[in-house]
This record gives sequence, structure tokens and C-alpha cells, in this order.
Amino acid sequence: MKAAVVVFPGSNCDEDCFDVLRDVCRVDVQYVWHKERNLPPVDLVVLPGGFSYGDYLRTGAVARFSPAMDAVVKHANTGRPVIGICNGFQILLEAGLLPGAMLRNESLSFVCKHVYLRTETANTPFTKRLERGAILRVPIAHGEGNYFCDPETLKRLRSEDRIVFRYSSEKGDLGPQFNPNGSVDHIAGILNENRNVLGMMPHPERASELILGSEDGRKVWESLLS
Amino acid sequence: MALTMNPNPKVTPEAVAQHGVTEEEYQRICEILGREPNFTELGIFSVMWSEHCSYKNSRRILKLLPTEGKGVLVKAGEENAGVIDIGDGLAIVFKIESHNHPSAVEPFQGAATGVGGILRDIFTMGARPVLLMNSLRFGPLESKESLRHFKGVVAGIAHYGNCIGVPTVGGEIYFDEAYEGNPLVNAMCLGIVRINEMAKAKATGVGNKVYYVGSATGRDGLGGASFASRELTEESEEDRPAVQVGDPFMEKLLLEACLELAKTDALVGMQDMGAAGLTCGTCETAARGNAGIAIDVGKVPRRETGMIPYEVMLSESQERMIVIAKRGKERVVEEIFEKWDLHAVPIGEVQDGNLMRVFDQGELVAEIPAKALADEAPLYVREEKRPGYLDSVQKLDLSGIKEPKDFTEVLKRLLDSPSIASKEWVYEKYDHMVRTDTVFLPGHDAALLRVKGTKKGIAVSTDCNGLYCYLDPYEGGKIAVAESARNVAVTGAKPVGLTNCLNFGNPMKPEIFWQFHQCVQGMADASRQFGIPVTGGNVSFYNENPKGAVYPTPAIGMVGILDDIENRIPSHFQKEGDLIFLLGETANELGGSAYLALIHGLKKGLPPRLDLEKEAKLHTLFEEAARTKLFHSAHDLSEGGLALALAECSFGEKRLGSRISNLELLGSGLRRDALLFGETQSRVLVSAEPNKKEAVIRLAQKHGVPVYQIGKVTGDRLGVEDLLELKVDEAESIWRNAVQKRIK
Repeated sequence: MKAAVVVFPGSNCDEDCFDVLRDVCRVDVQYVWHKERNLPPVDLVVLPGGFSYGDYLRTGAVARFSPAMDAVVKHANTGRPVIGICNGFQILLEAGLLPGAMLRNESLSFVCKHVYLRTETANTPFTKRLERGAILRVPIAHGEGNYFCDPETLKRLRSEDRIVFRYSSEKGDLGPQFNPNGSVDHIAGILNENRNVLGMMPHPERASELILGSEDGRKVWESLLS
Repeated sequence: MALTMNPNPKVTPEAVAQHGVTEEEYQRICEILGREPNFTELGIFSVMWSEHCSYKNSRRILKLLPTEGKGVLVKAGEENAGVIDIGDGLAIVFKIESHNHPSAVEPFQGAATGVGGILRDIFTMGARPVLLMNSLRFGPLESKESLRHFKGVVAGIAHYGNCIGVPTVGGEIYFDEAYEGNPLVNAMCLGIVRINEMAKAKATGVGNKVYYVGSATGRDGLGGASFASRELTEESEEDRPAVQVGDPFMEKLLLEACLELAKTDALVGMQDMGAAGLTCGTCETAARGNAGIAIDVGKVPRRETGMIPYEVMLSESQERMIVIAKRGKERVVEEIFEKWDLHAVPIGEVQDGNLMRVFDQGELVAEIPAKALADEAPLYVREEKRPGYLDSVQKLDLSGIKEPKDFTEVLKRLLDSPSIASKEWVYEKYDHMVRTDTVFLPGHDAALLRVKGTKKGIAVSTDCNGLYCYLDPYEGGKIAVAESARNVAVTGAKPVGLTNCLNFGNPMKPEIFWQFHQCVQGMADASRQFGIPVTGGNVSFYNENPKGAVYPTPAIGMVGILDDIENRIPSHFQKEGDLIFLLGETANELGGSAYLALIHGLKKGLPPRLDLEKEAKLHTLFEEAARTKLFHSAHDLSEGGLALALAECSFGEKRLGSRISNLELLGSGLRRDALLFGETQSRVLVSAEPNKKEAVIRLAQKHGVPVYQIGKVTGDRLGVEDLLELKVDEAESIWRNAVQKRIK
């Protein structure tokens, strides 16, 4: 398994993803600078969290024009996995690799805390080591994580089993009180049609070691490795 | 709105006075120059000789603080921040600094740029910033203005820290009438550097080029350092242009570029343009390098037109640095900044001699001896006088204070007090987990981070009880140091250094200066006793609003090192059935307590007396306890005393209650309210396995610390004898919602 972490100006979870892949998962991983037009030969591409280009226009809106993003789209089109976390998810939406858009959190403020996620499908390269219904404790940290899509798209996401994670209670119940940002249908992460591109707001790289309070997020990396 | 200044203003006595330069200082300036200054030079002197930059009123008192200590690589005042060797080839670089006045006028930008400024102080030394903390003071949340300050400051800190990707891992916040209209916003940053990659803020090597890097220069923050050196008045709103505007994205690029540069051999020196901007960046590097420096302001990138040299030299536009490049390696510097799409413009060079020379398109506009400017501001001994208020506020007759009937009700009211309650509403707005090093989430006695690639942990606490300092500045200063050291020590870490931010009123008032002197003396005595060096910090005077001065508030940022992070001790109860011990003696002390203020409406009495030797013994006890993994939890007693500490121990993930039944062990003759809510110092609540009871007692005896087994961890209720009974869930809900419910 080889992996690349794309670094945009303003990325700030790039090192975190890199460290987890290298030191916890023992993966051969390298950084790719956003000005690169080609990716090295890798299996997995990670778009990390942060504030790419300061997120001045709209989150992820400028990053999609980076030369590296053309290469990421090509990589995705070959069927190899791409995971976008937090700002990475926002970039995937802007780049059209995933449907829908991101709105500001319902509270209108940034929120950083641990939340519970219910695994909605194990039929993905990112969750095959998890069972459907498995509950994960993983942190979020974002101001714009309120996922939105039109009813038609939502219907498709549901019927095609493309909702990967929903915000839930510790026991797996759904409800507005367990949804930290107001996202439609409590969505925390979704897949593309080919099931090889995952966008998720929560940070699995922050929950991959016990010393940080949870290693539930490690299951995502382990699924990709197996 | 940018006003265009007269390009050649005259130096009149009025202009001198407007710059806050006294007649005596003006004479010194003339002596140094051998002539009268021109307007640009007057501006340059006025900012460098402001209290903010020169410490002219405080320096003699600051000399009381111990600066030497084990592992100190860079002492206070030598560079932008102090540096301590932590082994493994690594050093920590840390500092706390105020941004009070800008935050009073423009809370969001004031706080945001405070964070930006302290970050630059750290990465200018080649260190990677790994954590932010803060110490904040506001008026009560019931006041509209205070609420605006509070919300704006929190949003500003979140904006800057979240975007740049440095976790804000903790801090402290108090609300009190004393800070109404003059909030205190002190930001702390800590970075890690490989010792052989440490950068210096020095200009050396004649002919080496001076680069201007980062954002373009505008008129924002013009004269901010002098603004910070005045009292806030009704007219301070008009000083809004003296507040800068921050761009954390730009700073993120600057941070990465500077750290990349620090790893090369192309760098001679680096200095951020903070207070006093380009002026300070050039004259301080030259003074430290014993060299001269010449720059041409005509080459400085600008984002406003029509700026005169005076404005360019005094602007405090954010996210800018000065870089001295090694001759022949200029391309290395330029390429790194090109990669990050940042300006890197050669604006001058290091020269022989000792002069700072400023040109504008080749024409000389200022010529000043750099060292005289940077280091030779006049030092003052200010008049001191013990304030008259002390006699009346220190008087407290406990016999006149009735014990409340319902102690449970008292605890509930304390839990509901915003200064004591959970600051979840605040820290959930800060990204406190980015960089994946945060081991103790906010809510512990100290923040704890791991150091990747080593076994080490770094524990940090910010602390100061302003009311104690108001009631007894000397004892208050001592306690600020002792308590922050205790917060760090109870996690198992050894305190290794501290930084301080001294927030006081107008030093020209003898009573204020007396408070300042006393507080610093208390801090100095405590630091010396514990062997903790003071590695730097910041003085913020003139914290007054039209009603008077803030409480004397010497905020301490204490840093400790845990050799093996696996030995860390959390604050919360961990296991049903564990025994609870109280370490330390309890006295009939209620003066200055949160209980007395909240329940009886009295901010009176002498604060608790702190015995430095006893306190030191407690710290060494914890070093050994951590090594032997004796305790499951440890939590220091502070505001709200024993009852509040017990409640807080239950607010961890496990939500375990406690049953306290042996309080008579603590001594007879104690008032029940003092027993439950008194704030006697040098006390810690610990929990341990029942089979460790003998070991705990032996350890305490060995270190000469009194120990009492007062109860055990059990159930879902907090119960103390027949005095107090409360469900943990109910207590926690009050404590968690207290701040949030007051926000409208």
C-alpha cells in the first residue's frame, strides 16, 4: 500500500494524516505539493483538513483549481481510493467528485468535540473492516460541516447505499441533538457512485491511537489496508 | 479611512507631547543624535521608548525575577522568547503576551492579532508552534459590553488559531466587575525546535542582505505600541486605526516558509515585525548583532498609497518578518518564499558601525544609533505607596459571617458561577485537537501534550487569582506561581520554566506601582523557592477604565515536562472503589474566597497564606508518585475549595461520584464552610487503589506532606458527611450550562 497526502497552502491536518499512515499504519506515504501536476504511483490519495487558500471564497472553492486536483480526479477515475477529510471533503464537493454542498454549521460557529458516528455500510473500501451499525467515537472540528443536497440526490445516496457515516448517539440513535452541524439526514460522510471516493467531516486521523482518547478511526485506515 | 499625512511634518513641542515623549526623554534623544530629531526619528523613538517596547518603568522591578535555571538556553530578554532544553536534542520555546487594549476597542481583531503576534514570536526562533493557551478576564456576562468583549475575543482567538492549525488546548477565564471595559487578553504559545536549528534575531555579517517577507504594509496598527502604553478613555474608540487586522492564512504560509528557511544554512537572523513594526525589526536585530543596518522604505511592499516613511516605519501591519540572508545564499531565501507565494524583497543590508539608517528612494530620512534606540531607553524608578484601600478590604471578622443552612445549595451556586463553571462553550469553538498531540483535553488541571518521536509530555497551565492580588499583592503573586506550578505538578510533570504577563493599571500612580512591585516580589520568591526560571513575558500597564484600575493580574504560564507520558495523572476519578485522600493541611481561611464573594457578597479578607516550603514538598511528592504510578487521579484545590474539587473530579468521562465520611480527621475547630469551601493553599485531592493505602501514606510521610484518607470513589452521587448531597448528573448539568445560558 502506498499513499499520498496532498498539501494545499493552508492545509493543517496534512502532517496528522501523514503521521498516522506512516507511524501507526506503517504505510509508505509521501506528501504531494498542490502545484504538482502528477501524482506519484500510489494506491490511496488523502485530501487533508485545514483552510486551503484560507477558504476565503468558499471552503474548498479555490483548492479545486490546484494543478494537483486534476491529477486527483484522474486517480479517482481509475477506481483507486481517495479520502477527503473535513476541508478535504469540502474540496471533493467543489471538484464535483461528490454531489452536494457544504453550508455553515446550524449554530453558525466552529465546533470541535468528539461525536459518535454510526456506520451505515460496510460495502466500501473504507469500512470493510467495520460492521454495518458499528458506532465510532471520532472528533469533528469545523465551521462548515452542514452537508446539504437536493431531495433527488439524497434519494439516490440512500438507495445506492452511499451514505457511509451518520451522526448518532453513543447507542446509535439518530436525532437533531446528536447532529453537531445540522447536516441533511445526519450525514457525516458519503461515497461517489463508484464507491472509491469518500468524503467525511469527522477526523479519523485524530482517533487512531488510544493515547488520544479513541482508536475507532483506525478502522478506516485498516479497511483500506486490508 | 486612510488619511494622507503631511509628508514633512515639523517637530514641535506639541508633536513631541503627542508622541508621549517627555521633555527629559526628548533631551536624551537630542544627546544621542547630537541634534534635534526629524519627525520620522521622533516617531521611531516614541515607539521604541514606549513602555510596551522598552519596559522603561518596569525593568528595574523585573530584575527581581530569577532567570537562571537548569536547561535554560535563551534567557528572558535575549531573544523573542525564552528557550529550555528538554533533552532528545529538542528545546521548547514559549511566551505569553497581552493584547488588552486592542481587544477592548475591537475584540475580534484585537484577540486574533494577539494570537498571531505570539505565534510569530515563537516561529521566528525556528520553533514549530504546537500549542496555544490563553488567560482572559472580562466584566460580568450580565453586562452588554462585557458580553460583546467576551464573544468577540473568543471568536477572534478561534478564527486565528483554528485556521493556522495550532491547537488552543486550554486557559483560564474569570469574570469580575474589576475588568469591565478593560478586558485582559493574554495569549501564550509554545513551540518545539531542534536545538541545532534554532534561529536568532540577529543582524550580523557586513554586506548580508536584509529581506522583508510576508504581507504588504498598510496604515493599520499605526503606533499601536504607544496606544498600548496609555490608559483607555471614552475616546479610545477613536483609536480604532491603532488596532491591526489579522490574516491567519497569510501567517500559516509565513510560518511554513520561515521554518523551511530555518532548516537551511542561508539564514543569519530572523525577527518578526510585531509592536513597532519595521522599526523594531531593524533596530533590534542590529543592536543584538552589534552591527549597523540600512534599509530603504521605498522598497517595502505596500497596500496603501501615499504612505510617508514615518508611516511605513511605524505601521503594525500583521504577518511580516525581517530576514537576514547569508551572502551568496539569497536565492535559497527567495525560492522558499516564492514557493509559498510570499513577498521576499531585499530592502537593505547589514553594515559596519552601529547606525540604523533609513532611506526613502535613496534619500536618507532617519539615522539613529541602533543600540541606543533599542536598549538605552531611560529607566525610571517610579514612586510607590501602599494603597489606602488595603486596610479596609483586608479586615474580615469571621465571627460576623453566618454559616449557610444549606451547603448543597451553596455548592450549586458555585457550580453556576461563570468563573468556576465549565468553559466548554468556549473551548468547543477552538480546535484543540489538531496536530494530534493533545493528550489531556480541556478541563484538566493542566493541558498535556505528547512530543512525537519521544516518550515525553509537556504540561502547561495558565493561572492567576486577581482578587487575591488585589487583597494582598505579595501573597497573590506568590500564589499565582505556586498554583500554576501545582497544576502542572499534579499531572506528574516537573515544572521547568514560566512566562508571565503582568497586567496592571497606570504605573505613574504610586499605589499601582506598589502593587506591581509587591506582586513581582511574591512571584520572584516563589519561583526561586521552586527553582523555576522565568524565561520571559510581557508587561501591560495602563489597564484602567474610567472607573479605575483592573485587579493586579500577573498571569502565569507554567510549563512542565513529564519524562514518560505513560506516567501522566488525570484530574478525574477513574475507578469505583478507589480511596480518596486529601494531601495538605486545611485552615480556617475564607478571605478572598469565591464562596465569600458569591454567597456573602464580600470581596474581603486576607487571601490564604502560602508556605513555600510546604508547597515545594508537595511538588516533589508528585514527581515520585508519577514514577511509581501510585495515583489514579489528582486534582488541585482552588476556587470553591474541597467541595468544588470533589465535584470536578466527578466530571470526567466515567462520571464517578464520591462519599466523604472522615472529615473530622482534618482537625477540630474548623468552620464547616471553611472545611467545604475554604481555599487553603497547597492541597490536592488524589485517588488510589485501596491496596495502595499504606504506600500513599508512606509516600506522604516521606515528603513531609500531611495526608488524610477522607472517603472513597463510589456511585453516582457526591456526598459529604451529612452536610452535602447531590447527584453527579445534576451538578454537572449546572456546571456545564452556566456560561452558555448567560450568552444572548
